Amino acid sequence: MPLSTQSQGDAEQYVLVASLDNARNLSNILKAITFKDHAIFSATPNGLKVTVEDSKCLQANAFIQAEIFQEFTIRDDSVGFQVNLTVLLDCLNIFGGSTVPGVSTALRMCYKGYGYPLTLFLEEGGVVTVCKINTQEPEEPVDFEFCSTNVTNKVILLSESLKEAFSELDMTSEVLQITMSPSQPYFRLSTFGNSGNAHYDYPKDSDMMELFRCTKTQTNRYKMSLLKPSTKALALSCKVSVRTDSRGFLSLQYLVRNDDGQICFVEYFCCPDEEVEEQ
Amino acid sequence: MKFRGKILDIACLNHFTRVITTISKLTKTCVLRLTPDNLFFVLSGKVANGGVSMWCELSQANFFDEYQMEGVSPEDNEICLEVTPENLSRALKTLQNAKAVKVKLTKKHCPCLTIAAELPTLSSINRVVTHDVPVDVIPRRLWNEFKEPSMPDFDVSIYLPPLKTLKNIVDRMKNLSNFLVMEANLSGEMNLKIETDLVSVTTHFKDLGNPPWGDEASQDGGPSQSRDPEDMAQARVDIRKLQQFLMGQQVNPSKAMCNIVHERVVHLILLHEDVSLQYFIPAVA
Repeated sequence: MPLSTQSQGDAEQYVLVASLDNARNLSNILKAITFKDHAIFSATPNGLKVTVEDSKCLQANAFIQAEIFQEFTIRDDSVGFQVNLTVLLDCLNIFGGSTVPGVSTALRMCYKGYGYPLTLFLEEGGVVTVCKINTQEPEEPVDFEFCSTNVTNKVILLSESLKEAFSELDMTSEVLQITMSPSQPYFRLSTFGNSGNAHYDYPKDSDMMELFRCTKTQTNRYKMSLLKPSTKALALSCKVSVRTDSRGFLSLQYLVRNDDGQICFVEYFCCPDEEVEEQ
Repeated sequence: MKFRGKILDIACLNHFTRVITTISKLTKTCVLRLTPDNLFFVLSGKVANGGVSMWCELSQANFFDEYQMEGVSPEDNEICLEVTPENLSRALKTLQNAKAVKVKLTKKHCPCLTIAAELPTLSSINRVVTHDVPVDVIPRRLWNEFKEPSMPDFDVSIYLPPLKTLKNIVDRMKNLSNFLVMEANLSGEMNLKIETDLVSVTTHFKDLGNPPWGDEASQDGGPSQSRDPEDMAQARVDIRKLQQFLMGQQVNPSKAMCNIVHERVVHLILLHEDVSLQYFIPAVA
């Protein structure tokens, strides 16, 4: 059952068809947002957005633009459904997710519409796997109303530097405190764990700091358990933008480069844990 | 009852170790049958081990430079021992650079397979390492439980795809489901299927080829002759049993085959020159 013969006849009845020469380009970016089973898919002619949420306090979005796909056909303005992300990832990696160069899994993802399963055709080395993943009614993702006009502080860092900081963070601390300020200490990560308090400071003129735009001193705390999943995205990314708005909401945007050098984005929104008196 | 064997060749030793390690991944305990020409590792399908059975046959001449055995009696020139392959494998793994390895049935506190190895040294004094692996001698009256399983009257026989590919797929399917349906036909096609509330996955293999079981099939014109080549024979099996079989593979087989008795049993066969390993997984409803 070669993929090519499948595609022609059935194409009309699908509302969404997306193909990739390398399924890893999708599975890798989905791994960056896998912390809950339910994922909301919403597709528009621009591409695919996948959303995962936790306790209405944390939201992660992965954006895969239409250009990343070798084929991206959508018959409506928007198509939405919800699937189990862990199951989807197991399906995408059914052939083992080989990292050997020259060996890749081709993917064709089709969706017929409301009530139908999400169908994946995967092929590697002449072996074809067909997966039908049951879909559910999509939930409405929480709107964090994070709007760029309300952003008070913003820094863009090379992920490398933040990876280092995150790998050394004291995970016994219940919260991660982020201080952003136009004056000293500029950008500070603090933890309050069993073995004491720790601060991790970034000077604003560091090579690692690509952009520094802070207008107001702001200190906010975020639950470590909520931020932990974002380290998966951090690990994959090359740059990260850290922003806070006037309410203390945190937005982390990760720029991820895939196997073919194309760029995708992953975004995390997190609610602050509690208000800290501003200095 | 006597048994002693000696392995001098390092390649033989490595190979022997790999075979035993493979077996240790498949079962905790099994029966080792020693005959003048062969060694057999046997697991007979009991409910306790989920009905899985195994038969591994090694020709002694391919491994041992010296091999002497004397069975319980001249008529029944065999020895049957219950062994823990894991223990044998662990002992052998530490002896990979030995100059010579002797395996001997001994009577210490309990019956043991004593593995004595001469290790290389820089000085002129030899180092000898001895492992005593306890075994149970199986009395003659129980031997009939450990006879070679007869070739099942299969509906379809097919060559397996590369075991590594198969393993990757089965590993993923294991994450999704507890049971897997294996189906194959006489046109060289095999499918692996799982189905749960969340997802259904089918992997299609084609052009695998069907082994010619010449003699038997042509003589009685058996089921394989009259069978529609497209018609699938299938068996639903416990995915863990299949995974276990694929996980333990240390022997790189020259031929890997699968026989399916429709809704009864999956019979897997690995052939590697002097070693043959058969594994039976019963179908579940």
